[in-house]
Amino acid sequence: MASEFAVEMRDVVKRFITPEGSEMAAVDHVTMRIRNGEFFSMLGSSGCGKTTSLRMIAGFEWPTEGEVYIEGQAMGHTPPFQRKVNTVFQSYALFQHMTVFQNVAFGLEMEGASKAEIDKRVGHALEMVQLTGMGRRKPKQLSGGQQQRVALARALVKTPDVLLLDEPLGALDLKLRKEMQLELKALQVQLGITFIYVTHDQEEALTMSDRIAVMSRGKVQQMGTPVEVYERPSNKFVADFIGESNFFEGKIKSLSKNEASVFVPGLNAEVTGMPISEGLVKGEEVVVCIRPEKIRVTEKTARAEGLFHGRVSNTVYIGADTHVFVDVHGTQFKVWEQNRISRLDPKSFYVVGQEVSLMLMPENTLVLKKD
Amino acid sequence: MLKRLRESKSAQGTLLALPTTMWLFVLLIIPLILTMIVSFGKRSPDGNVIYTFTLDNYVRLAGFSHDCPDGQATCFDPLYVNILVRSLSLALNTTVLVIALAYPLAYFIARAHPKQRNMYLFMVLIPLWTNFVIRVYAWMMLLRKEGAINIILGWIMHLLHIPFTPLEMLYTPGAVLVGMVYEFLPFMILPIYTSLEKIDNSLYEAAADLGANARRTFMRVTLPLSMPGVVAGTILVFIPVMGTFIVSDILGGRQVILVGNLIQRQFLDARDPTFGSAASLILMVMTLIVTYFYTRKFGFGEEIVVA
Repeated sequence: MASEFAVEMRDVVKRFITPEGSEMAAVDHVTMRIRNGEFFSMLGSSGCGKTTSLRMIAGFEWPTEGEVYIEGQAMGHTPPFQRKVNTVFQSYALFQHMTVFQNVAFGLEMEGASKAEIDKRVGHALEMVQLTGMGRRKPKQLSGGQQQRVALARALVKTPDVLLLDEPLGALDLKLRKEMQLELKALQVQLGITFIYVTHDQEEALTMSDRIAVMSRGKVQQMGTPVEVYERPSNKFVADFIGESNFFEGKIKSLSKNEASVFVPGLNAEVTGMPISEGLVKGEEVVVCIRPEKIRVTEKTARAEGLFHGRVSNTVYIGADTHVFVDVHGTQFKVWEQNRISRLDPKSFYVVGQEVSLMLMPENTLVLKKD
Repeated sequence: MLKRLRESKSAQGTLLALPTTMWLFVLLIIPLILTMIVSFGKRSPDGNVIYTFTLDNYVRLAGFSHDCPDGQATCFDPLYVNILVRSLSLALNTTVLVIALAYPLAYFIARAHPKQRNMYLFMVLIPLWTNFVIRVYAWMMLLRKEGAINIILGWIMHLLHIPFTPLEMLYTPGAVLVGMVYEFLPFMILPIYTSLEKIDNSLYEAAADLGANARRTFMRVTLPLSMPGVVAGTILVFIPVMGTFIVSDILGGRQVILVGNLIQRQFLDARDPTFGSAASLILMVMTLIVTYFYTRKFGFGEEIVVA
């Protein structure tokens, strides 16, 4: 029976014994439903449980509690070689004693495919990753990017329902990585199979994914589309992990469904924003989060409503943007201004010490739970 | 002169290789040439070498003799050929047995918990701290008629009410084989262990991921990747076993004479260095031929471990 979900993790816990002898939950009650044909990323820093989750789907680890389902079937202790998923390893894990062709053919030989079929499918897989003609080389004779493609072809040739990718681009240089990101995404769309992608690189996750699970300390902090996790982070961790933010601590003065008024002592003012985290109550200590590109800087104006007045303390030119640091009553604001016009003339921009006004939009001012 | 040296990479290389070259020349090339010269010489009645050029020693090794019992001019006795064949077959048997024993052990150690690994390796190495000869004598104590093995077997048979006559194990080819296997086992375990230990765990996972069960993972991934260790171990075991004489001397008595014993006796008892030299060179050539074909088939072991 085909399931709506390619992979499902239901309340999965994975505990390890640390070298010191204590128990640690690498994955702590994680529930994820990954849809068929979805490009799904698990994003988090090292030790957040993303790789352990992936390894439990692949079958290299078994959950301590909970259950992993693939195509609606409970996996239990099914060994990796009986699961219809394939993995692209972080280290590529290519067989150095075999040629590229033999590496890609390995999985088909294990299925008992005929020689003619193996030739055809391996040829097709190598063509897909643009390695036609490289079949007789040994992995060591290839560049890092090419080895990565062999690992990809070796997994894809098995036509898995789900492809698991464990930081596959981690070892590549930035430019190649960006190329491969787009290529992987195009390949996934073309093949229509489910990709589960583990990464610590937020930009990578935002670029490729249909949905992202942001993980920390074994738990899923938020699951949503790239736009959702960036524009509506569900807590301070997610807002801090993905992109940059200005955070101000304060206390809720008044609260309705779509609006919260927060008194921020650091600004000695009330800030109006959107209540984002669930279960906020009046009087609660919260964090106000504003993305630096969502703040507008103007020369100091008298119009008061929603404006903060401050002094430019520093400007940093970084090419596409200029980062402006504004001091408001001793509190620093980080503001990103796009360089729509050339900054060759220093007078075209704010100078240090200049008095400016900052405008915050309530819909971009997020009120989040403290963690 | 110094300036030229500083500028020329090849001159630097030559200079750097000089100590090693000297070493090899003095300790290997010169003795080898001397042995060769002596092997073409003749033994004087008082046991000295008469330097001439004759192939007599090699003809004698091949089994042709001039002093025949029934007055013939030449007769054929494959005595020395038999010794060479016996040495070769014993060395091959030893090597195969050592691989069969060492591989599972090395595999077990390589897959053991890192904390226990060092202890197991230590246990492999401990016997090497004892003198080689003493270890062989220990086997004599075990194998002889009144030895430990026969005593224990006697007890068991007695308990089972089966009549038992002590086994004649010492001074048989089997005893020599057991001794050889025991002596050279560590030299196989260590290189195989090193090559197994180097195999990244993700390779086993990749094989499983691609549909290989444990047996096929072993045959297609583990075994080929550990072959360099097996080859290195084979070279470390086969070559010394071909030439050793202590084990066969002590455990084989006069029953099992190997080419090593032959050479030793020519130099010490028979006082015929010319025949001893010829036998040494033939041993070397045989070893080289076998090693050549073996490495051509399996490649060179990349990791010869010095324990």
